[in-house]
Amino acid sequence: MRELSDNIMDIAQNSISAGASLTQVHVIVSHADNLITFIFRDNGCGMSEEMVKSVTEPFTTTRRTRKVGLGLPLLQQTAMMTGGEMSITSQLGVGTEVKASFGLDHIDRPPMGDVAGAWFSLVLMNPDTDFLFTYDYDGKLFTFDTREVREAVAPLPLNQMEIAAWIKDCLQSEINELHGGNIS
Amino acid sequence: MKSLAELQAIRNRMIEQVNMRKDDNIDTRIVVGMATCGIAAGARPVMLEFVEELKRRGLENVTVAQTGCIGMCRLEPMVEVYVKDQEKVTYVHMNPEKVARVVTEHIVNGRPVEEFTIGHQG
Repeated sequence: MRELSDNIMDIAQNSISAGASLTQVHVIVSHADNLITFIFRDNGCGMSEEMVKSVTEPFTTTRRTRKVGLGLPLLQQTAMMTGGEMSITSQLGVGTEVKASFGLDHIDRPPMGDVAGAWFSLVLMNPDTDFLFTYDYDGKLFTFDTREVREAVAPLPLNQMEIAAWIKDCLQSEINELHGGNIS
Repeated sequence: MKSLAELQAIRNRMIEQVNMRKDDNIDTRIVVGMATCGIAAGARPVMLEFVEELKRRGLENVTVAQTGCIGMCRLEPMVEVYVKDQEKVTYVHMNPEKVARVVTEHIVNGRPVEEFTIGHQG
């Protein structure tokens, strides 16, 4: 992955595949703790204890076309090589939470990249499921809830061109404002 | 969040137009490979550029969708273009710079960009 934000898309897609109707993605940047933290929380089908243990192995996947699945292993690798860590908690029938942290000033940490773009892509490509995004930048908070947007534009879909454009502008401008142009 | 009132205004403006436009008018689908391999190779900027380019040109009968791993991870980012009643065209090693040409030559003018296609790989 070139950017941390690439991992956001990849891991959140697991929630969609797990049949989640609401996928939460929380991004926390804390200079005080010297950490970037991602939290993914969904109400999808969840995983068995056994699956949780093996899911960070590259040869574990639920897909049937081939035997490798690299999403979580890559996230874990990035977390660990920047002095952070990754944890997964899951319960069958309830949902899954994945938490990953990265050392903010670690020399091996990939750039954050385009978080707004990653979030926008998720909404655009999965217009029928809901997302709750939050971005906490040193205590300044931005929240984006597709349920509110969906209600405002009903019955139009979220991937309708003009609506999608609004979502993209909204995410971009709010996130830019949050970190005041400081790119982490 | 940015003003939802603004969003509702867009909705009200769009809703009349959408009523006149039904899904069967969709005649082209652009499908971007967005599994781990695609994302790692840079599929997201490619997908976003397609969306931008379609918007710039006002092409509303074209949809952009994602798919999982297409199976040739070393050729990612891959993009499949389905034009109604025509054979699928698969583009490989895509990047945002190539997008405008694919839209202009293939989507608008109906001539696939041969040099970007999988068949052109030596």
